[in-house]
Amino acid sequence: MLSNRRTLLKAGMATGTLAIATGAGLLTPRGVLAAWPEKAFKAKKYPDALQALAGTDQLTDSDTIKVKAPDIAENGAVVTVTVTTSLPKVENISMFVPVNAFPLSASYEMSTATDGFITGRIKMAKTSDVIAVVKADGKLYTAQKTVKVTLGGCGG
Amino acid sequence: MANKMKIRAWIENDKTTVKAIIFHPMETGLRKDKKSGKPIPAHYITEVSCEHNGKSILNCMWGPSVSKNPFFSFRFAGAKPGDKLKISWVDNKGLSGSTEAQIS
Repeated sequence: MLSNRRTLLKAGMATGTLAIATGAGLLTPRGVLAAWPEKAFKAKKYPDALQALAGTDQLTDSDTIKVKAPDIAENGAVVTVTVTTSLPKVENISMFVPVNAFPLSASYEMSTATDGFITGRIKMAKTSDVIAVVKADGKLYTAQKTVKVTLGGCGG
Repeated sequence: MANKMKIRAWIENDKTTVKAIIFHPMETGLRKDKKSGKPIPAHYITEVSCEHNGKSILNCMWGPSVSKNPFFSFRFAGAKPGDKLKISWVDNKGLSGSTEAQIS
């Protein structure tokens, strides 16, 4: 299995991972929704990642967004975060962890039928805020919560 | 190999709650092999799309900092019992997987 992984990696390097990903797109129709924003995910600083994802850094604090996460996470490799919002017309919910090597953790594109609610598990390198950025009706809103991490979950 | 997924979807008060877990290593590329000291190459899911009866309802875009064997949950409106829910994913190495489930 290990040798298998190596071969795959080589193949990936040679053809360019993105090309393959698009080639394998048979299973993932992506017509209406935006493609994976590589620049935002590769950004190493939170403002850069935000800029690359949303095209702006103008955010409004909103108490209609609730970020539910543990106060203390013993294991930074698995931190369950729930973002709930009562804002209408939610288009996107994204989660950022500024101290991580790559601050943008996950971004969820919602359809009109989808509620402003998402749960996911993310990794956190150390104690930090978890920042939720919600795009609703073309505007950006934000809320955050501090999570204390006793054991970092990003390797190293 | 890493092509396993579990989906549960049920209707409650006109809304469908979906819980899904995909079995995937979600390797960040930052970890090092303890024996050889070499970095373990990044291997993580980049996109997950969820469809209800062929209509896209949620598109997840993930980075390497989503936990191993990622679990996620969301809610949507407008489904009936017996409707089909399809979740497919693709990772940074071009591997992909897809599973269909019935809404109960």
